[in-house]
This record gives sequence, structure tokens and C-alpha cells, in this order.
Amino acid sequence: MAELEAVIGLEIHVQLSTKTKMFCGCELSFGDEPNVHTCPVCLAHPGVLPVPNERAIRYALQIAAALECEVAPRSIFHRKNYFYPDSPKAYQISQYDIPLATNGRLLQVRIHRAHLEEDAAKTIHVGESGRIHGSATSLVDFNRGGTPLVEIVTEPDLRSAHEAAEWARLLRETVRQLGVSNVNMEEGSLRVDANVSVRPGGSTELGTKTELKNMNSFRFLERGIEAELARQRELIEAGGTVVQETLHFDPSDGTLTPLRSKEEAHDYRYFPEPDLVPLAPTEEMLSEARESLPELPAARMARYETELGLSSEAATLLAADPETADYFERAAAAADGVEPRVVANWVTGELAAALRQEGGEVSAASSLVEAESLAALVAMVGEKKISHGSGKTVLAALVVEGGDPAAIVEREGLAQISDSGELASIVAAAIEANPDAADQIRAGNNKAIGAIIGAVMKETKGRADGGEVNRLIKQKLGI
Amino acid sequence: MSELLELTVAEAAKRVAAGEVDAGEYFDAWRGAAAGDELNAYLWRAEDGAGEAEGPLAGIPVAVKDIFCTEGIETTAASRILEGYRPPYTATSVRRLGEAGARVLGKTNMDEFAMGSSNENSAFGPVLNPWDRGRVPGGSSGGSAAAVAGGLAPCAIGTDTGGSIRQPAALCGIVGLKPTYGSISRYGMIAFASSLDQCGPLTRDVTDAALLLQVLQGRDPCDSTSVGIAGGVEAPRREDLKGLRFAVPSELARDAIDSGVREVFEKTLERIERLGGEVAEAPLPHAEHGISAYYVIAPAEASSNLARYDGVRYGMRAESAGDLIEMYETTRAEGFGPEVKRRIMLGTYALSSGYYEAYYGRAQKVRTKIAADFAAAFSDFDFVVTPTSPSVAFGLGEKTDDPLAMYLNDFFTVPMSLAGIPAISIPAGLAEPAGGGPRLPVGFQIAAPAFAEQKLLEAAFALEGAIGFDAKPGSADG
Repeated sequence: MAELEAVIGLEIHVQLSTKTKMFCGCELSFGDEPNVHTCPVCLAHPGVLPVPNERAIRYALQIAAALECEVAPRSIFHRKNYFYPDSPKAYQISQYDIPLATNGRLLQVRIHRAHLEEDAAKTIHVGESGRIHGSATSLVDFNRGGTPLVEIVTEPDLRSAHEAAEWARLLRETVRQLGVSNVNMEEGSLRVDANVSVRPGGSTELGTKTELKNMNSFRFLERGIEAELARQRELIEAGGTVVQETLHFDPSDGTLTPLRSKEEAHDYRYFPEPDLVPLAPTEEMLSEARESLPELPAARMARYETELGLSSEAATLLAADPETADYFERAAAAADGVEPRVVANWVTGELAAALRQEGGEVSAASSLVEAESLAALVAMVGEKKISHGSGKTVLAALVVEGGDPAAIVEREGLAQISDSGELASIVAAAIEANPDAADQIRAGNNKAIGAIIGAVMKETKGRADGGEVNRLIKQKLGI
Repeated sequence: MSELLELTVAEAAKRVAAGEVDAGEYFDAWRGAAAGDELNAYLWRAEDGAGEAEGPLAGIPVAVKDIFCTEGIETTAASRILEGYRPPYTATSVRRLGEAGARVLGKTNMDEFAMGSSNENSAFGPVLNPWDRGRVPGGSSGGSAAAVAGGLAPCAIGTDTGGSIRQPAALCGIVGLKPTYGSISRYGMIAFASSLDQCGPLTRDVTDAALLLQVLQGRDPCDSTSVGIAGGVEAPRREDLKGLRFAVPSELARDAIDSGVREVFEKTLERIERLGGEVAEAPLPHAEHGISAYYVIAPAEASSNLARYDGVRYGMRAESAGDLIEMYETTRAEGFGPEVKRRIMLGTYALSSGYYEAYYGRAQKVRTKIAADFAAAFSDFDFVVTPTSPSVAFGLGEKTDDPLAMYLNDFFTVPMSLAGIPAISIPAGLAEPAGGGPRLPVGFQIAAPAFAEQKLLEAAFALEGAIGFDAKPGSADG
């Protein structure tokens, strides 16, 4: 049987970091005493009416713009009806057939839709099961109830658990850089569910999917999808069929268990919310959303790769951290005659390592190493004024004390030996001191050259250019 | 004392403003009258005086339908499920009346959650019609209508979803106005069918209706669907109907209307013509489907609106040993009356997956067509007129076993609700009930285009003057 291809789509709930709730004036909070941020509206007293939060609408429009979605001129709120103690009205105000945004894209993944809705309250079931059935007592905290949410649904464009987790990280970074959510998976301000199915490689039809919930970290997301893909592949290869169901991920042992069918057999009886008028963003709101966008990770990555020639690893690393990326760009601009790719390697490689060495609490941008100093240092290495190894030594000093790299080079006597006569005599001495190695090199064993280079470096305290030393050794040995 | 009770609200407000009548004394006089309620019109009555009251309605007592939330005062919508519920906030319309100086005289009885046309669906017993205590006052704002007609309040507010202000006003011989959807805030008004519910006044005359509407209307930041009436409302002054065109639906001729009601209606049309108005027929071909559409849309919305009454946060909670689901079920089984349950079932069914298009979707299409019919009529006419109700007040228990017959009471009032347009019922005369007996009030309904309340009140005022209806309960055939 051919390898079964993974087909994965994600549903992401993003809690917006507005001051107040979606449909009332209660403050948003996390970790406060239960039921202190409530009012007649979010407790669903008789006679209350929802009033949409304008800031939440603007935030949602920013997300829509960042995901290159089309925004509906008039989107409609619907009621999603269900009985559960986390839903005091017994319906959630959400969007249904005409959502705020559709047809977007983030890198390789198409966005099916993004819509606005309100979060449910938090229920805690006391008792063995941890679920509502069979629990001794259920408690409800309405602080979270009514928090503005944007639900983002992708097309099933992801092909592996790893790709799904990587893409979800990019989405989180994108939303985080918009400044519209705390995107904290542990606190639940970012929640990712996955729709998972498999199909024979090459097939264009979709297999039966299962829905995975409760994966509250990217690691769990990847593990959960892995586990479900393995289960589905095994099932199908054994001649079975996948049943459409919702699976609950248990982070303690990494297993997936089906929710009881009673808990998911819902007919939500959607109908247009008569208490709200259609959501018709003004031209001003739309242009504000577009214009407020910073350069987002995906765009930055693309620019770094195509315009600046960075490796995709370095581009990804930098784009995920706009502060460091800006630092890199300042350094690259200041480093005359040095390729940005080289500067990027210093930022993500040597500098990151040096900062880690000092405890890793300080970012490049807030460190004592000015972008211009890093640029000057990289340029000195590029111009062979100092060796790469000396460059690292200078960087370590800069991280601790800051200042001008040239001054540190001077102070530490790290300037490269530029007199080739002097270097040639050191090379000659090293060959003489290592006759065995010299013989081996002559016999064609290039690896043996390392011993002689090492000896030269030891003698020069690293101030020699490795390439030049290599050339001189070969010249001297006549190969 | 009793002389004070004879005054209309407008007259009383004028005397209070002029210092001729003391606001507190006026309010207390009405508290005394309300204390003599033998109609079961009130569920709660004010225990205190008016206190400091200033404004255009200083000291004016208002009977408030028990569907409006009043902070700290029990508000039940005449349902067991809300027994003992004291809201933590006050409805915008009640607050606006209060800011104008008016005071809540009492909370009036009604059909449970405003579902009914006879007031027999109250969990706290039916309201009696002051004209004949063996008959219903209409519904669902039956308590408000009976209180005003029975001399237990100078004015009242109610809610109208498919006729719940106009029909009881007609059956009790008073004025009832349902304003344009969106002119008065619904915040704090316990929802029955959100896309139809609208607050409005029940008063002795058209001038008082205008006075209350003036205060009640306006955009409310707490209600996204409220817009208010551009230009506001003022006291009507018009005395003729010259140049105004009144449409009688062509389909009316074949509709089932009691002969006494039809007679009063025809006579009123003649009065319109004598006042210089023109009367002609205009087609409203989809209006007859109004009842069918209404009894899909209203229950559908109600099934969702009433889902919050689950015993968890407020109101009644059934004692049960079982789990949460059982607590929900028992609370709702014990807390809701039969009509409410019937409509929740109807509405839940209509919204169910697989049935939505056939019922709710279709009903919405009918609603659009009815609105288009009215729009077409208003391109040629200023108003559409009908009897408010096909019959005068019927006997208690007469229709309780036949929900369909009961629903037909709303035949003439539902189309305006579906179209969202304003309509007023004014008393037009008396007629003998179909089965014989003392004569009872007949209502005449005038409907106008959306937000044309001022024009509607002007026409109703002119016609009211010409009709000169001055019969009172107990003196009808005297």
C-alpha cells in the first residue's frame, strides 16, 4: 500500500487583548478572583442586550488584513444555541454564513475564514472525570465569558505534524506582532485545534477527519497530530475506517480520547442575531487596519531571503523576533562591503552565543553591543584585519563592556599579522617542528595540514588568517 | 381627590407644572386607586410616595408591564420561572420615564413572557376586563390596558410583538401605540421575539400617547437596534384629515370579522371622509400569511431568548437530586406554562437543522414581502387602516383550548409588526359581542410608514376628536 498522506487543517481561537469584553463593558482579566468581572449583560440577565466592542472589531480587521483576507462589506452575527453552564445566554454570539473575513493566506496555507465571536465562561468540574458527566460539582467562572475572540480556520493545506506546528508558530508570531492578543497558549489566549485526516498519496479527495482539541502548546500540537496520524494510518492499513469524532488530547500521557457523543451531538440551530445590526466596517476602519500593519514575519522572511540573500533558517529566526531583526538591519546597513548574509550569521550565530554565555537574558538590541559596533567588527573580519577567532574574542568583550571594537583589538593586540614575511617564517618554523605532518601532507593526506595550522595559530595567538596560513604551508611544501 | 383621577396625563402634568396640583398628592391619589385593584391587573404596587419629582412628567404614575426590569423590584414577566427575581438594573424606558419625573405606580400582569392574546397565560391568574369581568382584557399587555381602562392608572407602558399593545387597548377601549421598531430602546425589556418586540404607551387619549412617546423614544447606546425618531415627537394638534389618503386592504372584505366590529369600522371610515380624508382600497396580498410567518419567527426567537432560564444564576431552581441536565429539565418543566412550552417547542423545531429553510427561511421571505406590500401601499397612501381585532373582548376560557383561534386575534396587528411600522389603536365605538350581551369597545387601527409617528398621531388625534368616544366601563349602555 502506498504511503498515506497527512492532510491537516487548523482552527485557531485568538483572544483579543481589548480592555473590555466583546458585548459589554466588563474589564478583561486573567487570573483574578472568580466572577468579579461580570455585569447583567455577560451574566445574561433577562432583558439585556449586546453592544459590540469597536476596538475588537478593529483588532479583527487587523488580523484579517495581516492574513490578506477579503473583508465582507456587511457580515452578520448569528446565535449558536446550546445548553451548557459556560454559556449563560444558552447561545454564543458568533458568525456563521457571512463571516467578517474570507479567502486569505499566510505563506503556504490558505485561510478559509476568520470571524468574530465571544468566548465562553470557564467551567471547572470537580470530581474524578474532570468532565461535566459524572462530576460531583461544577463551578463556573464568568470572568472569561464574553472575551472577544477571533476564530481563524485554515484550508487543509498542511502535510505534516511538524509543518502544522511550525505554521502555527508563525501565525502566533504574526498575531503577536499586531499587538492585538497576548497569544499565550498556556493561558488560553491562543488555542489551536486540528482537523486531521489521511489519504493515499496523490489522491485529491479528503479522507474522514477527526478533530483534535486541548493541545495547549506547540509541542503538544505536534505530538497530538503525530499520534492521531499514526492511529489513522494503522487503522486504515489494517482495513478499518476512520470515524468522524472529536478527540481530547491528554497532556499528561499524550493520549487522545474521544469525547462522549452526547457531548458533541449538537444541532446549534443557528439564526441571525436579532439584537445586532450587520457589521459594516467603514472605509476609515479598513484603511486604518491596513495601514497599521507592521512588516509581518512572512513578509520579512521573504524580503530577507530574496533581497538580502539570507538563508531560510536565518530569515525565519530573525523574522520571528522583530526587535532583533531591526537590529540586524541596522548592522547590515552600517557594515560597508559586507554581505547581509554574513552579518545575519553573526547576529543569529556568534552574537546569540555570546549573549547566551552571559546568561541569555539580554537581547541583541538591548545589549551593550551597538549595531554599528557589530558592523565594524564584522567588517574587520571581512577585511582580514583580524581573524574570525579574534572576532569572537572581541565580541565577548563587547558583550561585557560595550565600546569600540577597534579599541579592543588594539588593546588586546589582536590585529592580524599582515607582514607576509613574518608569517612565512612562522610557517616555516612550524613545518620544521612537525616533520611527520609535513610528510603526510606531501603523501597526499590533506587532513594532516591541521596540525601545522594549529601550531601557527598557537604561535600567533590566533592573529593569523587561516586561509593565508594554508596557502603558505602548501607553497612551502611545493604542492 | 377623585377629580384628580379624571384628568388626562397631559392635563395633570400641566397642573403640576403650574403649581396647581402637588406631584406627590397626585401620585398618592393614584396609589389609592391602584390599591382597589379587583381586576388582578397588578402584580406589584408602589408602597412609597413619589418623592422628589421634577420634569415634564413630575409625579405622573405609570403602570409598567412586568416585562420591564426594575432594579430591586420583583420582575417576573408573569412566569413562575422568574418568581422572586429582583433585577440588578432598570430598563432604559423606565429610566427615561423616571428622569422625566414619572414614577412607577405598579407592575402589571401580562401573558407569560408576553405570549398570548387574552392574559389567561399569566402564571399569576388572568386579568379581568373592566367592561365585563367575565371577559378577557386582551393580551399580552392586558394588565396595563385593564389598569388604564379600569381607573387604576392614568397611563401605562406595555410591549407589542404582534399586537400586544394594540389588541388589549382595543378590547379595553383605550389608546395603544406600537411605535416603529427601533424608536424606543429594548434594553431591560425581557425579550420574547427580539426582531419584533417594541415598547409603547397605553393611554386614555392620543395626546397622552404622544406625551409618553416623546419621553420614551430615542437612541440608546445599550441597544444597537435603537435609532429613535428623527425630529422627536410633539403634542398633536390637527383637526381635519384634508388631503390624507387612507388605504383599506382589499382583502378585508372576505376576512372573518364580527358584524358589530365591521359596522363600527365602516362608520369610522365615513368619519374620515367627513374630515376631508380619502378612503380607498389597496392590495396587501401577503398580509394574510402574516400569522403563519409570525408564528414561526416569534417562537423561533423565543426558543433562543428563553433558553437562559435554566435555574443556574437567578429565578426559580427546581429541587432535584440529579445532575445538571436534570436540574435544567426539571426547572424548565416546572417553571414555564403550557403556552410558553408550546412556543419553545415550535421555535426549536423551526430552527432545527434540515427544517430551517422550510420554516424560518420561508417565514423571513414572507416577512419581506409583507413589508414590500406596505411600502407599495404607502407610495400611494398616507395610512393603512383596519379594525384592530376581528372581535370585541371574548369570554374568559372561550379560546383557551384552541390555540389557533386564539392566534387569529392577531390577524390585523401582526402584519405591521412584521413590517416594523408604527400603528395605533384608538377606541372607535361600541359593539355587541357575536353571542349578544352588553356592548363593548371596538378598536380602529391606523398604520403609517416607519418613523412617521408624528403624522400618525396627528391623524389619530383628528379622528379621535371626531369620534368623541366617552364611554366608560360600567356605563357602556347607560
